[in-house]
Amino acid sequence: MKSGGNLEAVLVAGHFAVTGELGPPRGSNVDAVRKKAAPLKGMVDAVNITDNQTAVVRMSSWATSLICIQEGLEPNYQMVCRDRNRLAMQADILGASALGIRNMLALSGDHQSFGDHPKCKGVFDIDSIQLINMVKTMRDESKFLSGEAIDGPPRLFIGAAANPFGEPFEFRVHRLAKKVAAGADFIQTQCIYNMEKFGRFIDMANDMGLTQKVHILAGITPLKSLPMAKYMATSVPGMDVPEALIKRIEGVDKKKRADEGIKIACEQIQELREMKGVAGIHLMAIEWEHKVPEIVERAGLLPRPKVAPPPPQPPAGEA
Amino acid sequence: MIVASRKSLDEILGLLGSCKKVLVLGCGGCTSICLAGGQREVRDLCAELDARVRDHGGGLTLHELTIERQCNETFFADADALVKDYEAVLSTACGAGVQFVAERHPALPVLPALNTAFVGFDKGVGWYEENCRTCGDCVLGETGGICPVTRCAKSLFNGPCGGTRSEGTCEVDKTVPCAWFEIHKRLKGQGRLALITKVRPAREWENQTRRSVIQEPYKARYAKP
Ligand code: SF4
Repeated sequence: MKSGGNLEAVLVAGHFAVTGELGPPRGSNVDAVRKKAAPLKGMVDAVNITDNQTAVVRMSSWATSLICIQEGLEPNYQMVCRDRNRLAMQADILGASALGIRNMLALSGDHQSFGDHPKCKGVFDIDSIQLINMVKTMRDESKFLSGEAIDGPPRLFIGAAANPFGEPFEFRVHRLAKKVAAGADFIQTQCIYNMEKFGRFIDMANDMGLTQKVHILAGITPLKSLPMAKYMATSVPGMDVPEALIKRIEGVDKKKRADEGIKIACEQIQELREMKGVAGIHLMAIEWEHKVPEIVERAGLLPRPKVAPPPPQPPAGEA
Repeated sequence: MIVASRKSLDEILGLLGSCKKVLVLGCGGCTSICLAGGQREVRDLCAELDARVRDHGGGLTLHELTIERQCNETFFADADALVKDYEAVLSTACGAGVQFVAERHPALPVLPALNTAFVGFDKGVGWYEENCRTCGDCVLGETGGICPVTRCAKSLFNGPCGGTRSEGTCEVDKTVPCAWFEIHKRLKGQGRLALITKVRPAREWENQTRRSVIQEPYKARYAKP
């Protein structure tokens, strides 16, 4: 075991994994975190804690991760390249691991121009693929990016993102391959609405042998309403929402649209479970955390597997 | 070429403060080529300043002089001779030129009339686009002649990010091509995609402290004894 965390144990045991997502509050409001965490407990194998998502300042992802640990939820600590240079990143990685965080997700991050400080200086000292490789080197070789030795390497299960729908489509699987080569243990994809296109992406990943090397969790975000569906279709760069899906939501009574969104998500999950190369789902119920129990229940994903934690391993370098 | 654009008249007047006699020093180099700080732009600037000051009671004496370049001492004979008669120099050179003048005349306020914007090329007359961040470690040979440091909004070395739009434009601005979409397209056309399918490791940034360059044949000339 690389991390000793629950998500890794679930995936290694071959279970169909479920991860959730929790956006930290815009303040130091601990209760807000607890309130969002409560419905996720026992419903997901780990929960992503976003890092200044959409470039808007929020409670830091590592601090929110720690609150989740207190609440009995395993965090997947997200880290973006926009806000930190390699010194700050390595320091936070060590700190996160020291305090019991066992998963992290390496991301480029939304550009600062989208956020609440649009003219701030974006760091981008290293990119997400270089970050993946840096964490892997820290963990497996007990070395900093500088090559110097680490006293007690971090124990982290390394995640990366993939967007099968960004252009150029044909290169996306190669970028996935780069993330695997850099050291990603698991992948969480962008929200999937175009199942046919995602199927083609996974086929390519299967053909290239990538799904043998990395656990791919397919991104699901239930559409809450018609405006949300339209927003996703038109305003989120790199998102692909087929017209038919929007029509389907439009076609039901306004009061039943949220339910229809969940129904669609459940159908997608069923389809994904059958898909070779898909190891689980990443359920991003944006500002809809309290609906997660209902969604996972209706999708037949309960109860979540209880995998006995493996015996603790001595850190690399001491064995 | 170095591209610059003029500051607002208000900002320039603010910089001039109470100075009454000002030498407006144009540059015949890059800022002249990009139509921001050559002879003609100096003339226009002085006319605008004159008109504005006249409206407020006058009293500002401006002298126009444009020299070949403000970043090399061989072009300074005329300017050096004039400077002593003025309270300040208003330079329309790039940031380097302004500093060069300031270093020659440390007792005098040397003020910038321009904002130095970037290193770029011409898109049309009076229209320029940034293409080089002078990062000091050029990767263009492996990126199809398209600079990811300058043209990718996140300066990614292993792009594209997840935000590329369906029309191949950047997540930040739907009218701007995604650098990595373009890199992919060009290298594909050249049959050289292998250049971007391997992980490019973290780079050492060469532009974090002030740099100087001495070309190889001149190393001996400037060697410290
Ligand atoms: S969309 Fe393209 S140019 Fe824009 S930040 Fe992403 S990779 Fe860079």
